[in-house]
Amino acid sequence: MTHNTYVYLLIMAAVTYAIRVLPLTLIRREIKNRFIQSFLYYVPYVTLAVMTFPAILGVTQSPVSGALALVVGLIIALRGASLFSVSLACCAVVFISELLLLPPV
Amino acid sequence: MKFKLLQKSQAVSENSRALFDGMRDGIPVALGYLAVSFSLGIMARSAGLTAFQGFLASALVNASAGEYAGFTVIAEDAPYLEMVVVILIANARYFLMSCALSQRMSPETRLPHRLLLGNYITDEFFGLAISRPGCISPYYTYGSILVAAPCWALGTSIGVIAGNLLPLRVVSALNVALYGMFLAVIVPPARKNRVIAGLILICFASSYAASLLPLISNLSAGTRTTILTVAISAIAALLFPVEQRKEAGNDT
Repeated sequence: MTHNTYVYLLIMAAVTYAIRVLPLTLIRREIKNRFIQSFLYYVPYVTLAVMTFPAILGVTQSPVSGALALVVGLIIALRGASLFSVSLACCAVVFISELLLLPPV
Repeated sequence: MKFKLLQKSQAVSENSRALFDGMRDGIPVALGYLAVSFSLGIMARSAGLTAFQGFLASALVNASAGEYAGFTVIAEDAPYLEMVVVILIANARYFLMSCALSQRMSPETRLPHRLLLGNYITDEFFGLAISRPGCISPYYTYGSILVAAPCWALGTSIGVIAGNLLPLRVVSALNVALYGMFLAVIVPPARKNRVIAGLILICFASSYAASLLPLISNLSAGTRTTILTVAISAIAALLFPVEQRKEAGNDT
Protein backbone atom coordinates (compact mmCIF):
# COMPACT_ATOMS: atom_id res chain seq x y z
CA MET A 1 0.00 0.00 0.00
CA THR A 2 1.68 3.18 -1.14
CA HIS A 3 -1.47 5.27 -0.77
CA ASN A 4 -3.15 6.24 2.50
CA THR A 5 -6.65 4.80 2.97
CA TYR A 6 -7.81 7.88 4.90
CA VAL A 7 -6.76 10.15 2.03
CA TYR A 8 -8.76 7.91 -0.33
CA LEU A 9 -11.80 8.17 1.99
CA LEU A 10 -11.42 11.94 2.25
CA ILE A 11 -11.34 12.25 -1.56
CA MET A 12 -14.40 9.99 -1.84
CA ALA A 13 -16.31 12.12 0.70
CA ALA A 14 -15.25 15.50 -0.69
CA VAL A 15 -15.96 14.71 -4.35
CA THR A 16 -19.31 13.08 -3.53
CA TYR A 17 -20.34 16.03 -1.35
CA ALA A 18 -19.45 18.51 -4.09
CA ILE A 19 -21.47 16.54 -6.67
CA ARG A 20 -24.51 16.47 -4.41
CA VAL A 21 -24.45 19.95 -2.98
CA LEU A 22 -23.33 22.17 -5.87
CA PRO A 23 -26.47 21.80 -8.02
CA LEU A 24 -28.73 22.07 -4.98
CA THR A 25 -27.13 25.31 -3.84
CA LEU A 26 -26.12 26.92 -7.14
CA ILE A 27 -28.70 25.92 -9.75
CA ARG A 28 -31.93 27.69 -9.05
CA ARG A 29 -33.12 27.51 -12.64
CA GLU A 30 -33.90 24.71 -15.07
CA ILE A 31 -31.08 23.26 -17.20
CA LYS A 32 -31.90 24.35 -20.75
CA ASN A 33 -29.24 22.60 -22.86
CA ARG A 34 -30.95 19.58 -24.34
CA PHE A 35 -27.79 17.52 -24.82
CA ILE A 36 -26.59 17.98 -21.22
CA GLN A 37 -30.09 17.30 -19.95
CA SER A 38 -30.32 14.08 -21.97
CA PHE A 39 -26.77 13.02 -21.12
CA LEU A 40 -27.48 13.41 -17.38
CA TYR A 41 -30.75 11.55 -17.79
CA TYR A 42 -29.03 8.46 -19.23
CA VAL A 43 -25.91 8.43 -17.01
CA PRO A 44 -27.44 6.71 -13.96
CA TYR A 45 -28.85 3.79 -15.93
CA VAL A 46 -25.76 3.35 -18.08
CA THR A 47 -23.28 3.43 -15.20
CA LEU A 48 -25.26 0.96 -13.05
CA ALA A 49 -25.80 -1.42 -15.98
CA VAL A 50 -22.10 -1.32 -16.90
CA MET A 51 -21.14 -2.05 -13.28
CA THR A 52 -23.59 -4.95 -12.96
CA PHE A 53 -22.54 -7.11 -15.90
CA PRO A 54 -20.30 -9.07 -16.19
CA ALA A 55 -19.19 -8.24 -12.61
CA ILE A 56 -22.11 -10.20 -11.09
CA LEU A 57 -20.67 -13.40 -12.63
CA GLY A 58 -17.37 -12.92 -10.80
CA VAL A 59 -18.47 -12.35 -7.19
CA THR A 60 -20.11 -15.71 -6.58
CA GLN A 61 -18.44 -19.10 -6.11
CA SER A 62 -19.74 -20.21 -9.49
CA PRO A 63 -20.52 -17.94 -12.47
CA VAL A 64 -23.67 -20.03 -13.04
CA SER A 65 -25.22 -18.90 -9.74
CA GLY A 66 -24.32 -15.28 -10.55
CA ALA A 67 -26.04 -15.62 -13.93
CA LEU A 68 -29.12 -17.15 -12.31
CA ALA A 69 -29.26 -14.26 -9.81
CA LEU A 70 -29.07 -11.80 -12.71
CA VAL A 71 -31.93 -13.47 -14.59
CA VAL A 72 -34.17 -13.78 -11.53
CA GLY A 73 -33.33 -10.21 -10.44
CA LEU A 74 -34.23 -8.87 -13.90
CA ILE A 75 -37.54 -10.76 -13.96
CA ILE A 76 -38.80 -9.77 -10.52
CA ALA A 77 -37.60 -6.17 -10.95
CA LEU A 78 -39.61 -6.10 -14.21
CA ARG A 79 -42.61 -7.28 -12.20
CA GLY A 80 -42.19 -4.26 -9.94
CA ALA A 81 -40.62 -5.83 -6.84
CA SER A 82 -39.08 -3.39 -4.35
CA LEU A 83 -35.37 -2.68 -4.07
CA PHE A 84 -35.22 -4.71 -0.86
CA SER A 85 -36.96 -7.78 -2.30
CA VAL A 86 -34.94 -7.80 -5.53
CA SER A 87 -31.73 -7.61 -3.53
CA LEU A 88 -32.84 -10.39 -1.17
CA ALA A 89 -34.13 -12.62 -3.98
CA CYS A 90 -30.76 -12.43 -5.78
CA CYS A 91 -29.02 -13.53 -2.57
CA ALA A 92 -31.48 -16.41 -2.11
CA VAL A 93 -31.00 -17.60 -5.70
CA VAL A 94 -27.22 -17.72 -5.26
CA PHE A 95 -27.47 -19.51 -1.91
CA ILE A 96 -29.90 -22.17 -3.13
CA SER A 97 -28.27 -22.73 -6.51
CA GLU A 98 -24.83 -23.11 -4.92
CA LEU A 99 -26.22 -25.69 -2.47
CA LEU A 100 -27.24 -27.71 -5.53
CA LEU A 101 -24.22 -26.94 -7.72
CA LEU A 102 -21.57 -27.23 -5.03
CA PRO A 103 -22.92 -29.74 -2.48
CA PRO A 104 -21.49 -29.48 1.05
CA VAL A 105 -18.38 -31.62 1.43
CA MET B 1 -47.64 39.91 16.64
CA LYS B 2 -50.13 37.33 17.85
CA PHE B 3 -50.76 36.29 14.26
CA LYS B 4 -47.04 35.84 13.67
CA LEU B 5 -46.68 33.64 16.76
CA LEU B 6 -49.59 31.51 15.64
CA GLN B 7 -48.02 31.13 12.21
CA LYS B 8 -44.76 30.08 13.80
CA SER B 9 -46.29 27.39 16.01
CA GLN B 10 -48.21 26.08 13.00
CA ALA B 11 -44.96 25.79 11.05
CA VAL B 12 -43.32 23.94 13.95
CA SER B 13 -46.10 21.35 14.15
CA GLU B 14 -45.99 20.92 10.36
CA ASN B 15 -42.24 20.32 10.54
CA SER B 16 -42.55 17.75 13.31
CA ARG B 17 -45.28 15.92 11.43
CA ALA B 18 -43.02 15.82 8.34
CA LEU B 19 -40.20 14.53 10.56
CA PHE B 20 -42.33 11.67 11.91
CA ASP B 21 -43.66 10.81 8.43
CA GLY B 22 -40.07 10.64 7.26
CA MET B 23 -39.07 8.36 10.15
CA ARG B 24 -41.96 6.00 9.36
CA ASP B 25 -41.08 5.83 5.65
CA GLY B 26 -37.42 5.44 6.55
CA ILE B 27 -37.93 2.03 8.21
CA PRO B 28 -38.05 -0.10 5.02
CA VAL B 29 -35.08 1.88 3.70
CA ALA B 30 -33.19 1.12 6.93
CA LEU B 31 -33.81 -2.62 6.54
CA GLY B 32 -32.63 -2.58 2.94
CA TYR B 33 -29.58 -0.55 3.93
CA LEU B 34 -28.60 -3.10 6.59
CA ALA B 35 -28.58 -5.96 4.07
CA VAL B 36 -26.85 -4.07 1.28
CA SER B 37 -24.28 -2.28 3.45
CA PHE B 38 -23.32 -5.63 4.98
CA SER B 39 -22.24 -6.91 1.56
CA LEU B 40 -20.54 -3.57 0.95
CA GLY B 41 -18.60 -4.16 4.18
CA ILE B 42 -17.43 -7.51 2.84
CA MET B 43 -16.08 -5.71 -0.23
CA ALA B 44 -14.48 -3.06 1.99
CA ARG B 45 -12.73 -5.81 3.90
CA SER B 46 -11.39 -7.44 0.75
CA ALA B 47 -10.09 -3.99 -0.29
CA GLY B 48 -8.14 -3.92 2.99
CA LEU B 49 -10.31 -1.54 5.03
CA THR B 50 -10.77 -1.86 8.80
CA ALA B 51 -14.23 -1.83 10.45
CA PHE B 52 -13.69 1.81 11.48
CA GLN B 53 -12.62 2.82 7.97
CA GLY B 54 -15.70 1.04 6.55
CA PHE B 55 -17.91 2.88 9.04
CA LEU B 56 -16.24 6.18 8.14
CA ALA B 57 -16.61 5.57 4.40
CA SER B 58 -20.34 4.86 4.71
CA ALA B 59 -21.02 7.63 7.22
CA LEU B 60 -19.27 10.20 5.01
CA VAL B 61 -20.11 9.02 1.51
CA ASN B 62 -23.62 7.44 1.74
CA ALA B 63 -23.40 5.91 -1.73
CA SER B 64 -23.63 2.23 -2.67
CA ALA B 65 -22.21 2.24 -6.20
CA GLY B 66 -19.86 5.12 -5.37
CA GLU B 67 -18.40 3.36 -2.33
CA TYR B 68 -18.15 0.11 -4.23
CA ALA B 69 -16.26 1.87 -7.04
CA GLY B 70 -14.07 3.64 -4.48
CA PHE B 71 -13.20 0.36 -2.76
CA THR B 72 -12.05 -1.12 -6.07
CA VAL B 73 -9.72 1.88 -6.47
CA ILE B 74 -8.37 1.34 -2.93
CA ALA B 75 -7.93 -2.40 -3.61
CA GLU B 76 -5.90 -1.62 -6.72
CA ASP B 77 -3.84 1.01 -4.90
CA ALA B 78 -4.53 3.31 -7.87
CA PRO B 79 -3.48 6.99 -8.04
CA TYR B 80 -5.56 9.53 -6.06
CA LEU B 81 -6.57 11.23 -9.30
CA GLU B 82 -8.20 7.99 -10.44
CA MET B 83 -10.30 8.08 -7.27
CA VAL B 84 -11.51 11.58 -8.15
CA VAL B 85 -12.50 10.53 -11.68
CA VAL B 86 -14.08 7.23 -10.62
CA ILE B 87 -16.17 8.91 -7.88
CA LEU B 88 -17.21 11.69 -10.26
CA ILE B 89 -18.53 9.10 -12.72
CA ALA B 90 -19.96 6.59 -10.24
CA ASN B 91 -21.86 9.34 -8.41
CA ALA B 92 -22.82 11.42 -11.44
CA ARG B 93 -26.45 10.41 -10.92
CA TYR B 94 -26.51 12.33 -7.64
CA PHE B 95 -25.66 15.42 -9.64
CA LEU B 96 -28.79 14.82 -11.69
CA MET B 97 -30.88 14.11 -8.58
CA SER B 98 -29.53 17.26 -6.97
CA CYS B 99 -30.57 19.23 -10.08
CA ALA B 100 -34.03 17.68 -9.87
CA LEU B 101 -34.33 18.42 -6.15
CA SER B 102 -33.27 22.04 -6.70
CA GLN B 103 -36.39 22.42 -8.87
CA ARG B 104 -38.61 20.90 -6.19
CA MET B 105 -37.40 22.94 -3.21
CA SER B 106 -39.11 26.07 -2.03
CA PRO B 107 -36.92 29.03 -3.14
CA GLU B 108 -37.02 30.16 0.49
CA THR B 109 -35.24 27.02 1.70
CA ARG B 110 -32.21 28.35 3.55
CA LEU B 111 -28.60 27.47 2.71
CA PRO B 112 -27.92 25.32 5.83
CA HIS B 113 -30.83 23.06 4.85
CA ARG B 114 -29.46 22.74 1.32
CA LEU B 115 -25.95 21.97 2.59
CA LEU B 116 -27.23 19.27 4.98
CA LEU B 117 -29.87 17.76 2.70
CA GLY B 118 -27.41 17.55 -0.19
CA ASN B 119 -25.15 15.18 1.74
CA TYR B 120 -27.97 12.61 1.85
CA ILE B 121 -29.07 12.53 -1.79
CA THR B 122 -29.16 8.76 -2.28
CA ASP B 123 -31.37 6.72 -4.61
CA GLU B 124 -33.67 5.92 -1.69
CA PHE B 125 -33.88 9.30 0.10
CA PHE B 126 -34.28 10.97 -3.30
CA GLY B 127 -37.07 8.54 -4.22
CA LEU B 128 -38.86 9.17 -0.92
CA ALA B 129 -38.53 12.96 -1.19
CA ILE B 130 -39.73 13.05 -4.80
CA SER B 131 -42.72 10.82 -3.98
CA ARG B 132 -44.21 13.58 -1.74
CA PRO B 133 -46.46 16.12 -3.41
CA GLY B 134 -45.56 19.82 -3.52
CA CYS B 135 -42.37 21.47 -2.30
CA ILE B 136 -39.94 19.23 -0.47
CA SER B 137 -39.86 19.61 3.31
CA PRO B 138 -36.29 19.14 4.52
CA TYR B 139 -37.71 17.77 7.79
CA TYR B 140 -39.34 14.82 6.02
CA THR B 141 -35.96 13.76 4.62
CA TYR B 142 -34.28 14.41 7.98
CA GLY B 143 -36.72 11.90 9.50
CA SER B 144 -35.81 9.14 7.05
CA ILE B 145 -32.09 10.01 7.38
CA LEU B 146 -32.27 9.66 11.19
CA VAL B 147 -33.71 6.16 10.90
CA ALA B 148 -31.84 4.77 7.88
CA ALA B 149 -28.41 6.46 7.65
CA PRO B 150 -27.01 4.94 10.90
CA CYS B 151 -27.99 1.47 9.62
CA TRP B 152 -25.97 2.08 6.46
CA ALA B 153 -22.79 2.96 8.37
CA LEU B 154 -23.26 0.28 11.05
CA GLY B 155 -24.06 -2.42 8.48
CA THR B 156 -20.84 -1.63 6.63
CA SER B 157 -18.66 -2.05 9.72
CA ILE B 158 -20.51 -5.23 10.73
CA GLY B 159 -19.82 -6.56 7.21
CA VAL B 160 -16.12 -5.82 7.63
CA ILE B 161 -16.01 -7.58 11.02
CA ALA B 162 -18.31 -10.54 10.39
CA GLY B 163 -17.55 -11.04 6.71
CA ASN B 164 -14.84 -13.63 7.41
CA LEU B 165 -16.81 -15.31 10.22
CA LEU B 166 -19.57 -16.24 7.82
CA PRO B 167 -19.43 -19.41 5.71
CA LEU B 168 -18.24 -18.88 2.14
CA ARG B 169 -21.72 -19.79 0.83
CA VAL B 170 -23.39 -17.00 2.76
CA VAL B 171 -20.76 -14.47 1.68
CA SER B 172 -21.14 -15.58 -1.93
CA ALA B 173 -24.92 -15.08 -1.66
CA LEU B 174 -24.66 -11.65 0.02
CA ASN B 175 -22.16 -10.51 -2.61
CA VAL B 176 -24.96 -10.18 -5.17
CA ALA B 177 -27.18 -8.00 -2.90
CA LEU B 178 -25.66 -4.84 -4.31
CA TYR B 179 -26.14 -5.96 -7.90
CA GLY B 180 -29.74 -6.83 -7.05
CA MET B 181 -30.18 -3.28 -5.84
CA PHE B 182 -28.69 -1.88 -9.05
CA LEU B 183 -31.15 -4.01 -11.04
CA ALA B 184 -34.04 -2.70 -8.91
CA VAL B 185 -32.96 0.87 -9.75
CA ILE B 186 -32.48 0.47 -13.52
CA VAL B 187 -35.17 -2.05 -14.50
CA PRO B 188 -38.45 -0.30 -13.51
CA PRO B 189 -37.72 2.79 -15.71
CA ALA B 190 -36.74 0.39 -18.53
CA ARG B 191 -40.24 -1.05 -18.42
CA LYS B 192 -41.70 2.33 -19.35
CA ASN B 193 -38.91 3.54 -21.62
CA ARG B 194 -37.70 1.41 -24.54
CA VAL B 195 -34.58 3.51 -25.03
CA ILE B 196 -33.45 2.71 -21.49
CA ALA B 197 -34.31 -0.97 -21.95
CA GLY B 198 -32.19 -1.13 -25.11
CA LEU B 199 -29.42 0.85 -23.45
CA ILE B 200 -29.18 -1.61 -20.56
CA LEU B 201 -28.68 -4.51 -22.98
CA ILE B 202 -26.08 -2.52 -24.93
CA CYS B 203 -24.31 -1.67 -21.66
CA PHE B 204 -24.21 -5.33 -20.61
CA ALA B 205 -22.79 -6.33 -24.01
CA SER B 206 -20.17 -3.57 -24.23
CA SER B 207 -19.12 -4.00 -20.60
CA TYR B 208 -18.64 -7.71 -21.27
CA ALA B 209 -16.71 -6.97 -24.47
CA ALA B 210 -14.53 -4.40 -22.66
CA SER B 211 -13.59 -7.00 -20.05
CA LEU B 212 -12.29 -9.31 -22.80
CA LEU B 213 -10.79 -7.00 -25.46
CA PRO B 214 -7.03 -6.47 -25.43
CA LEU B 215 -5.81 -3.07 -24.12
CA ILE B 216 -9.21 -2.09 -22.67
CA SER B 217 -9.34 -5.15 -20.44
CA ASN B 218 -5.98 -4.10 -18.93
CA LEU B 219 -7.53 -0.89 -17.57
CA SER B 220 -8.98 -0.95 -14.06
CA ALA B 221 -12.68 -1.79 -13.67
CA GLY B 222 -13.33 1.78 -12.52
CA THR B 223 -11.72 3.34 -15.58
CA ARG B 224 -13.60 0.99 -17.90
CA THR B 225 -16.85 2.03 -16.21
CA THR B 226 -15.90 5.69 -16.64
CA ILE B 227 -15.14 5.40 -20.36
CA LEU B 228 -18.18 3.26 -21.17
CA THR B 229 -20.56 5.48 -19.20
CA VAL B 230 -19.46 8.71 -20.86
CA ALA B 231 -19.40 7.17 -24.34
CA ILE B 232 -22.73 5.31 -24.19
CA SER B 233 -24.60 8.16 -22.43
CA ALA B 234 -23.29 10.74 -24.92
CA ILE B 235 -24.29 8.61 -27.92
CA ALA B 236 -27.72 7.97 -26.38
CA ALA B 237 -28.16 11.71 -25.70
CA LEU B 238 -27.30 12.51 -29.33
CA LEU B 239 -29.52 9.80 -30.85
CA PHE B 240 -32.41 9.97 -28.37
CA PRO B 241 -32.57 13.45 -26.85
CA VAL B 242 -34.92 13.51 -23.87
CA GLU B 243 -38.01 15.65 -23.98
CA GLN B 244 -38.24 18.58 -21.61
CA ARG B 245 -37.82 17.82 -17.89
CA LYS B 246 -38.08 14.08 -17.80
CA GLU B 247 -35.75 13.32 -14.93
CA ALA B 248 -34.96 10.01 -13.33
CA GLY B 249 -37.22 9.40 -10.40
CA ASN B 250 -40.13 11.43 -11.73
CA ASP B 251 -41.27 8.49 -13.79
CA THR B 252 -40.87 5.79 -11.16
